[in-house]
Amino acid sequence: MSAEFDITETLDVKGASCPMPVVKTKSAADELAEGDVLEVLSTDSGSMSDIEGWAAGTGGVELLDQQADGDVYKHYVRKTE
Amino acid sequence: MSTDTPDASADDAPTRAELAARVDELEDALSEATADDDGKKMSIIATKGTLDMAYPPLILASTAAAFGYEVTVFHTFWGLDILHEEHSKNLKLSSVGNPNMPVPNAIAALPGMDRVTTSMMEKKIDDNDTATIEELLETSLDMGVEFQACQMTIELMDYDEDDFFDGVTTGVGAATAIQDMAEADIQLLV
Repeated sequence: MSAEFDITETLDVKGASCPMPVVKTKSAADELAEGDVLEVLSTDSGSMSDIEGWAAGTGGVELLDQQADGDVYKHYVRKTE
Repeated sequence: MSTDTPDASADDAPTRAELAARVDELEDALSEATADDDGKKMSIIATKGTLDMAYPPLILASTAAAFGYEVTVFHTFWGLDILHEEHSKNLKLSSVGNPNMPVPNAIAALPGMDRVTTSMMEKKIDDNDTATIEELLETSLDMGVEFQACQMTIELMDYDEDDFFDGVTTGVGAATAIQDMAEADIQLLV
């Protein structure tokens, strides 16, 4: 785990498959304040590419890190506005 | 240019303050209009109502909404069944005409076979934790996706406007779809 940021909220979407990890990440991000960091836990291997693409194509969020931890893919998204 | 202008009474001419106010008003209207154009838009036309073909428009609509797109999905012909409260729960999959499915056409065409292939697909969807059509519809509606049911095909298929899920827009036609497509950054026919 990176020490560069503190996790504000964790969203567990383990088991859910496309498009739910991205859709639920978006809904969870909407609830956060600027600077907050959302941790997303997914078992969908497509989420690595999908959440990266979503963060790049969406205003107001920044992808800080992605890690594959066994069967769980972890994503860290910061709200920037 | 009118020749009347010089004859107009000086009292009718707008004052400097009135002109300034008018300029402010126009600038506000302009920035409002430009701000609207900054929003990304996606327009999907959904024409198919089989279980497999109901997925792509809903997956793309909800995902685009997550990207911040303003999404409109215009449902016509069998695509109406996706929005039909009763039919939506019973969308079928047929292996007739689909050589990629493990059932030969001659057998697939037998009575009751569509029910078998549909059950197989439903089980796969369940086993895989894939969202159901109803879940995707609800999620999309929550995210502000606008679902439209084509009026001409509602009548053609003998449906009633009340047959559709709450939140579905009826009373729209091809011109509405064209207008949405003309303004959209992404247009898809499914």
